[in-house]
Amino acid sequence: MALQVDNLRVHYRTLNGDVKALDGVTFRIGDGEIMGVAGESGCGKSTLGKSLIRLDGRMKYVEGRVTLGGDELPLANSTAMNRFRFKRVSIVPQYSMSALNPTRKVGTMIEELLESRGVKFRTVSEELSRRLELVGLSPDVLSMYPIELSGGMKQRTVIVLSTLLDPELLIADEVTSALDVSSQKAVARMLVEFRDRGFVTSMVVITHDISILYQIADTILVMYAGKLAEKAPAREIIESPRHPYTRLLISSLPEVGVTYADKRLTGIPGRPPSLLDPPKGCRFRDRCPLAVEQCKEEPPFVEIAPDHFVACWKAA
Amino acid sequence: MLKAERVSKVYRIGAFGRKRLLALRDVTFGVEPGEVVSLIGESGSGKTTIGRTILRLSPVNGGAITFDGADIAAFGRRELKAYYRQVQGVFQDPFSSYNPIFKADRVFTVIRHEFFPGVRGADWRRKISESLEAVSLNPGDVLNRYPHQLSGGQLQRMLIARALLLDIRFLVADEVISMLDASTRIDVLNLLGSLKSRGLGILFITHDLSLGHYISEKTVILRRGVVVEMGSTERIFGNPLHPYTTMLLASVPQLHKKWDEVEAELRGPAGGNGGSRVERADRDDEGDLVEAEPGHFVRADAA
Repeated sequence: MALQVDNLRVHYRTLNGDVKALDGVTFRIGDGEIMGVAGESGCGKSTLGKSLIRLDGRMKYVEGRVTLGGDELPLANSTAMNRFRFKRVSIVPQYSMSALNPTRKVGTMIEELLESRGVKFRTVSEELSRRLELVGLSPDVLSMYPIELSGGMKQRTVIVLSTLLDPELLIADEVTSALDVSSQKAVARMLVEFRDRGFVTSMVVITHDISILYQIADTILVMYAGKLAEKAPAREIIESPRHPYTRLLISSLPEVGVTYADKRLTGIPGRPPSLLDPPKGCRFRDRCPLAVEQCKEEPPFVEIAPDHFVACWKAA
Repeated sequence: MLKAERVSKVYRIGAFGRKRLLALRDVTFGVEPGEVVSLIGESGSGKTTIGRTILRLSPVNGGAITFDGADIAAFGRRELKAYYRQVQGVFQDPFSSYNPIFKADRVFTVIRHEFFPGVRGADWRRKISESLEAVSLNPGDVLNRYPHQLSGGQLQRMLIARALLLDIRFLVADEVISMLDASTRIDVLNLLGSLKSRGLGILFITHDLSLGHYISEKTVILRRGVVVEMGSTERIFGNPLHPYTTMLLASVPQLHKKWDEVEAELRGPAGGNGGSRVERADRDDEGDLVEAEPGHFVRADAA
């Protein structure tokens, strides 16, 4: 079992109290699985990704257990996590296109980074050039400054760098969002190829764009207001979603072929609840067309069909 | 109503502006009342530059933009003000259009000072309520709030309401929904649709083909400052002729079709030359626009 997350809670400290951005999530990812995480801004998807590798200063570990390949990740202890970072768990952060140091040549920066992690550059430089070529970049990029590369090239460089030590888990946070459709497709396919070639064992791909996940993910996890709403194989989420939120979300997406004149789509009325003091029970209750009295109790995240998990009283 | 005729724009870049960058070359299209025209292009295609020149935020270097037949470059101060009563823009990032120190409804006050100094308080409040209702916002929910208390969709709709306070006939909507969440973006898109039925002309600038297809009658595909294909949305998506358009269509992530299936369809049952069409997408466009079928124009070298 590649990754097992049990009841993970991570909150943000603010002056007004704790924002419960990740409020008890439990799921597992198998070996070789690409799991997509979808949801709207503020649903906790980026918090989930960051929690698995590094809690920043505002984030507070509350409870929960995460194991990777049988070893427990010491999430709360940043120093102890260093042993895992980059080698076993790696991340391509949001805005990674600005993650490259503008004053260093790309190659110099990679060399310094590897040396700081106790890896001799010489031992991996051949593999680095090979992988750059694999994603359509000439090894010449190593002697260029980041400003000389396009957005898509920078994104590919960062992905190659993040996965250079063949991590067991890669967290890719909004890696395609700022790109044009053609580079978006190239980068998305590159993630799949890296998994197929075994450069990365399993992946968590975080994005607000479900249609990208449909293209590349094996399973999709839908989050709402700090909780899990639904997890299922990608095709099942798109074609037969069970959680009312997933259903409404998917039916609100315009696709090529749908027009305003023929088929008027509708959004979801209302807003997600504040996570400072979230309501008890199902958090989608106020916006949900199916809500009943029972929804004031929190629905468990249960398996209703093989590999299909839903947190909704009405779906079971 | 609004026409761009052979519009060209050159930016000077580099130290002391020694290098020149041709941002737009001979761009020609028109928007009629009650029509949404999608301007689709990738980053660097010049689509935002077109929006800026229409709003006269930057001058053109060749050709002209005309509104009801009058060249907007020739407008003096008074004429320009009259122009802005009729033509307004809404941009990508609703959060940066507001000053976080002031309440969000200050955007209305600014309009009042500039355009309606004579209107009485009660009339003004009624006018604001009307235009907020026109964008399906409840005045009680959004007035007297600070920007951080409102969602991106609400802020974006308030900016459209602000434009509606004026008697606008033409709206430049530059990537207005790309920063909004999926569940609210469709509401803003539907709002543009209802404005269209009120007779507004809208230039909908986007990089997202599915949004363009949903809302517009006409589509203009722009690449590196050049129009490569334009015509009715239905024909462009149903029968794309330029290899660049084909490539864009093959790259859009779809919900019920995987990329491999889309590529197979474009290649055709006999394994035709779809692949080479996609590869040919990356060339320069020197030819002229020709009418390939009624109302459907494409760069000559691709037809």
